[in-house]
Amino acid sequence: MEAQIKVKRFNPENESESFFQDYSIDVAEDSTILDGLIKIREELDGTLALRCSCRASICGSCSMKVNGSAKLVCKTRIKEVSLEGEPVIVEPMSNFPVIKDLVTEMDLFWSKVKSVDPYVKTNFEPEAEHIVSNESMTHLLGVMNCIMCGACVSECTALEVDPTFTGPAALAKAYRFVADPRDEDKKNRLGKLNENTGVWDCSRCLACVEVCPKDVAPMERIVKMRDLAIEEGYTNTSGYRHTESFSDSIKKHGRLDETRLALESTGLLNISGLIDLAVIGIKSLFKGKIPPPLPHKPKEADKVTSIARRLDSQETEE
Amino acid sequence: MSKHDLLIIGAGLAGLRAAVEGVRQGLNVAVITKVHPVRSHSNAAQGGINAALTDRGDDWRDHALATIKGSDYLADQDAVEVMCREAGEAIIELENMGVIFSRDDDGKLGTRAFGGQKKARTYFVGAITGSALLHVLYEQSVKYDLHIYEEWFVTKLIKQDGKIAGAIAFDIKTGQMELITAKAVVLATGGAGRVFEPSTNALICTGDGLSLAMQVGAPLMDTEMIQYHPTTLAGNGILLSEAARGDGAYLINSEGDRFMEKYAPDYMELASRDVVSRAEQTEIDEGRGVDGCVYLDLRHLGKKFIEERLGYLQEVALEFRGIDLSESPIPIKPGMHYIMGGIKTDLNGATNIPGLYAAGECANVSVHGANRLGANSLLDTIVFGRRAAVNSVEYIKSFSSLEVDERELSKEKSRIQNILDRPRGMRSAELRNKMGATMTKGIGVWRDKDSIIEAMAKMKYLRGQLPNVYIENKGKVFNTDLVSYLELEFMVDVAESICHGADKRLESRGAHFRTDMKSRNDADWLKHTLVQFADEELNTTTSDVTITDWQPTERVY
Repeated sequence: MEAQIKVKRFNPENESESFFQDYSIDVAEDSTILDGLIKIREELDGTLALRCSCRASICGSCSMKVNGSAKLVCKTRIKEVSLEGEPVIVEPMSNFPVIKDLVTEMDLFWSKVKSVDPYVKTNFEPEAEHIVSNESMTHLLGVMNCIMCGACVSECTALEVDPTFTGPAALAKAYRFVADPRDEDKKNRLGKLNENTGVWDCSRCLACVEVCPKDVAPMERIVKMRDLAIEEGYTNTSGYRHTESFSDSIKKHGRLDETRLALESTGLLNISGLIDLAVIGIKSLFKGKIPPPLPHKPKEADKVTSIARRLDSQETEE
Repeated sequence: MSKHDLLIIGAGLAGLRAAVEGVRQGLNVAVITKVHPVRSHSNAAQGGINAALTDRGDDWRDHALATIKGSDYLADQDAVEVMCREAGEAIIELENMGVIFSRDDDGKLGTRAFGGQKKARTYFVGAITGSALLHVLYEQSVKYDLHIYEEWFVTKLIKQDGKIAGAIAFDIKTGQMELITAKAVVLATGGAGRVFEPSTNALICTGDGLSLAMQVGAPLMDTEMIQYHPTTLAGNGILLSEAARGDGAYLINSEGDRFMEKYAPDYMELASRDVVSRAEQTEIDEGRGVDGCVYLDLRHLGKKFIEERLGYLQEVALEFRGIDLSESPIPIKPGMHYIMGGIKTDLNGATNIPGLYAAGECANVSVHGANRLGANSLLDTIVFGRRAAVNSVEYIKSFSSLEVDERELSKEKSRIQNILDRPRGMRSAELRNKMGATMTKGIGVWRDKDSIIEAMAKMKYLRGQLPNVYIENKGKVFNTDLVSYLELEFMVDVAESICHGADKRLESRGAHFRTDMKSRNDADWLKHTLVQFADEELNTTTSDVTITDWQPTERVY
């Protein structure tokens, strides 16, 4: 079949701007996008740069944006994404600097992985294996499936506005140690992950869960680590206060009191934080984005509060 | 010029294991790799890693015998002894490093069965054992703060006064070329599968280390021993792990018969890989296949079992063939998978060149002989990766300093520039595809004098075509066009060596099955073949196989 592939090109040596180049190639019916790109590189245009290796979705080299969202091109078939034969648009991942064409700079990605102390810490070296349940290992298999392709980072909406955020891949990696029964540094790890740029900076948009080609579900791991951090007693964070204020507000009033949420999340004794918040508040006011200071009472607030209370008591029972 | 005690080329399991050991031994270690370490092809090993753990009633001697029988008695038995003895320690160490091995009901390491062995002694992580090990070794490299040249491509080894003195390499991201001196070098560059087309191997498996070693005078051993894996997808050659059969999957032909009954009544689907691949090819040749394939059938294992233990296989089947393994059998065929042959080393990974070591798939110790058992390759990388580093220490400490002639760098720079300056010609892929087709046709599951001679002649011709390849991309930054060409140069050396090994061995043994000489000939051929450059020409000789406790007998499964 004839496939149309539109590739975003960038060559730091010749041009300052990136541009799209159209390629038309004859490929087998069930070809993947990677098959197509390799064919372009080998038969049409030797200057096209991309990373690829295993062709079988295990090495993690070939994550790229396909029609706007990150995918491993080795396991995405052309006809899946080009139903009517329309051009497939291939671009380098977002949230990464581009080195050339489809090749991105991953140094920052790896340094964030390194920042979570990505190795099991045990204080003793037993002569035999650690005795742990098969369930605990099978549970870790979920995160060990991560091939570090970067697709989640490419889609992360929190990283888009805050490049210092540790990000979904490194945090999923962190979970692999937090949840490993053999690791003896769980409390310290959670303490570190609880700090700025850590687990509370995720905006819970679900994008990472959606694009992960290995079903690692980074966001779910991040949320789990928030719970574990709270269990370990790490409660002095705006993230924790936000959670508490949010559920209090629903339980008491059957609605979200956004003004209180902002104040309580910042912390009522946090003077400098409150000043920052006031500045944001004034700016929002002028843009018409501030909620009414006195909350209205929704019609069926009682029903909402009773649902919230019921959920709460169920959680306690569990 | 950067200086190190020990330079390791390749960051798969053998390379990283060697590097971690080097750091533990107090050496100044650097690793150089053409891809990020976790992209290495060790990832692709799915099924597991073998070890006879004594505390569960297993005996390393049983593992050794299975390995030797699997090798069709070509493995050096002293090397097999080392590997099987050290296996238990290696597994426990990997577990301690953090590998999430599957457990039994008591929380101890659990096993699955694997081919060529009666006892289940394969330790595993789902169907991603290689990946799980590689990522943990990468974790260790972070822990030990290893110096890694990431995405650097080695073009040449440097030899001075007969000894290894380092390597020349360029940074793929910038094109900057450097001379990296080292008192010792460990080659851990993995396999050479891309010499064939198709192959289960990743696109990076281009035999770089085998050629680099040959260029400085090291011989390759038993290059004719090419493993065809019994369960690969037609077309692109993607692997479906032996773990499927280890966990109970059947092989069936177009008539629905479990045909292994005829070929290996005792071991059935779990006979050695060479035996199973030949059985499949016979079924296909005799008309009991479908479109050149037979079937792997997992339906009776059930969806839950498949997803929990063989999840990655299910993913591959769904993504690449649209087949749910719990509902339909999947067409598979024998496909080029592994090279048992490689750089000849002693038990400590040392080659004949002082300071040059090799470990993992690029090396040949030899523990796999004429046919490797499944789940012995991961073990090979861990055991011999470590040993190479340990044994380099004494050699390295015998040096005070090392000065290398800087002119080596300018010579290599102009060689590469001359390649880039070629004004026109054919693309490297064209030549590579011809090579792949030639090798698959000539050095297949079956081979004979005619097919080998034809492949050898064709490869000689293709080597002559190398200067006619041109590089369209003239840039410095991420020039994969140039990298592909340099890889092709390496592969041509390996391909020709494979043909020479195949031509030399006048018998059938293990994976080397000649239809014109169908039996094993222990009287004349209990020997290794050695291929080596003598001036510009390849020269082939033989050496004796080391036999310790296990005398060759008839090999029946």
